Amino acid sequence: MDDLFAARSQMALSLGFHIIFACIGMVMPFFMATSHFKFLKTKDPVYKDLTKAWSKGVAIFFATGAVSGTMLSFELGLLWPEFMLHAGPIFGMPFSLEGTAFFIEAIALGFFLYGWGKFNPWFHWFTGVIVGISGLASGILVVAANGWMNSPSGFDYVNGEFLNIDPIAAMFNDAWFTQSLHMTLAAFAATGFAVAGIHAYLLMKGENKTFHKKAFTIAIVFGAIAAVLQPISGDISAKDIAIRQPAKLAAMEAHYHTEQSADLIIGGIPDEEAKEVNYALRIPGALSFLAHGDFDAEVKGLDQFAEEHHPPVTVTHFAFQIMVGLGMILVGLSLLYFISSWKKKSWQAQPWFLWLFALATPLGFIALEAGWTVTEVGRQPWIIYEIMLTKDAVTPMPGIRYSFYIFTAIYLSLSAIVGFLLVRQIKAVSQKPPLKHSTSADS
Amino acid sequence: MYVILGGADFGAGILELFTPSSMRDRFRDTTYKTIGPIWEANHMWLIITIVILFVGFPRIYTMLSVHLHIPLALMLIGIIGRGTAFVFRHYDAYQDEMQKVYNLIFTYSSFITPLFLGLTFGAAVGGEIDPEARTFYGAYIHPWFNLFSLAVGLFTVAICGFLAAVFLVGEARKVEVRNLIIKKAKLFMILAVVAGGLVFISSIIEDVPLVDLILTEWITIGVLLLATGAMILLWFKLGKGNRKLDRFLGGFIVSAILLAFGYHYYPDIIIVKAGENLSLFNSAAPENSISSLAWALMIGSVFILPALFYLLYSFQKPKVLE
Repeated sequence: MDDLFAARSQMALSLGFHIIFACIGMVMPFFMATSHFKFLKTKDPVYKDLTKAWSKGVAIFFATGAVSGTMLSFELGLLWPEFMLHAGPIFGMPFSLEGTAFFIEAIALGFFLYGWGKFNPWFHWFTGVIVGISGLASGILVVAANGWMNSPSGFDYVNGEFLNIDPIAAMFNDAWFTQSLHMTLAAFAATGFAVAGIHAYLLMKGENKTFHKKAFTIAIVFGAIAAVLQPISGDISAKDIAIRQPAKLAAMEAHYHTEQSADLIIGGIPDEEAKEVNYALRIPGALSFLAHGDFDAEVKGLDQFAEEHHPPVTVTHFAFQIMVGLGMILVGLSLLYFISSWKKKSWQAQPWFLWLFALATPLGFIALEAGWTVTEVGRQPWIIYEIMLTKDAVTPMPGIRYSFYIFTAIYLSLSAIVGFLLVRQIKAVSQKPPLKHSTSADS
Repeated sequence: MYVILGGADFGAGILELFTPSSMRDRFRDTTYKTIGPIWEANHMWLIITIVILFVGFPRIYTMLSVHLHIPLALMLIGIIGRGTAFVFRHYDAYQDEMQKVYNLIFTYSSFITPLFLGLTFGAAVGGEIDPEARTFYGAYIHPWFNLFSLAVGLFTVAICGFLAAVFLVGEARKVEVRNLIIKKAKLFMILAVVAGGLVFISSIIEDVPLVDLILTEWITIGVLLLATGAMILLWFKLGKGNRKLDRFLGGFIVSAILLAFGYHYYPDIIIVKAGENLSLFNSAAPENSISSLAWALMIGSVFILPALFYLLYSFQKPKVLE
């Protein structure tokens, strides 16, 4: 394993790990606040239990997200010092604001978790809402920083020097909005389906039905709305990168040759040597339509770019297919949920219905990781698109693979512990009689 | 702020490490009630420091992350360990054998995190960072693997333990727990003085020009004398009822030490073996970046500080802490 590959793997691992915790940490507070709101309105104690049960989940995920985020702020420099030397002052604005948002989130979480029975109930509820809003803001800001790597702006690049830095223009780069929108919806869809799936599974096992039914409903409504909106956001993103990063679009679609009325390639195995895709389903003209809104439009292929600037096609293409495929399944399930709520309430208690949602638990997160792979691998070989190559940014220190092994072991054990804790939390919720109450948060 | 609030919570883990197991449960209870609510917020100081470095002083950030990669990575492992273990041990639905695992991770990582943090500081000013080094040892190991850095690391650990003890004294309700913590505070005061002595001795051995601090610079001598006075006062007053005074003195001592060091080195941040040192001036980012950073931080503090103080205040009220 060479150092560049080890550094990329370590970064990918850290981000891939952080993204799950960050998404859950930013979406769950909204579920929690919804349930809390219902408790304050209806005084139904089941909602209070649910709020507390979820808030424990939030605490675990938030803590893990916070340390993995701290980790990343160091890793950017530990692994990519040359990148940070130049990029830091330019795209630092969203990071400084993100620090603020994250800080507020942490303070609000402190109030929320330890504030049961100590404050005015509506003030207490409001601190929960602040947790969600500031979490969302920090997510959007971090994605804006990533957007800058895809669409660098806010400086003049003259003879290898970064001049006339404008941090505000860098923050509002061309990619920030499309990427943040897509990421935010993805976070809601993935978390919504994951939480709903777990509660669907517990409903199926017949434990504590009123509790899990309420939990399922709150989570799935958030998840399903986001999942249905996601294709629209995806379409905006596709049209955007068709102009901004045609090489990435070409890699996603395994579109090697520039042509008019380009086919949409679904599935298939790209042959990187022969520059063809085998065994794929082709829809004539559809790629041109999706990218430019016109069946006859020309879509740039990879042949427009020097060979050494091609992103890895196979990985990007597969990841994209996985993301879209799973996204479509989630749209289908969302529609099923809406139809059942509208016409066939009885379906929602049927085992097959619960099974479908239980099986869908991990799908949103798999799609989310796949989407992240598309945007990161699709940007390669650049770390700053068309400005700096990833290989020029890596640390000069040799032996990064050992660091990669160590951190892999740490992340694997952390994931195992979090999984273990979650199982125990769920077990505890199921075993507890549903109407047990106490005034302190640490019951 | 980070050193004081963050130091106190690193210290809590260190103290736990040095507490006999029979007393640990009660001790943990006190720690949890005090630190719990501000736990996550405390974490953020470090992130903000890092962001200030890479936005405002990218050359410093880069130099540290290249040459001190190893201690920083070890510190990160500590941060991961303590950050997760503290929360896990509280939020695990069952209180069983796993608690021992979390406690073990929490206490040891609370020790290594400030150790390597201090070591990194020591290495930054120790003058052994060599951008021209050709060997792996010279470039990536020697800058931090030396007596001086190690002594600064140990000194940081002692200071954190001391801060935590001073902070916790006022929180302990039960007399026996309080007496235990007072003992710890005194122990760590002694350790801090010893480790501080080691820092000076090692600086002489390693040729780090630090002795000026107590010999020729009048301002630093004055500040350090005040700190010593405060320490003597604290030794006699600790736990005698006025917890605000205790905390003020504890905070004052640490701030004074930092101030003396800061004044001594200002504006240099990294002392290199050969070539020009990196200072706040020569490594600052272009003006636009600095001013937008300053704005962001100012806007941030308008939101953060009142909320943070309210948080600290809300959970300080004795009646809330049953």
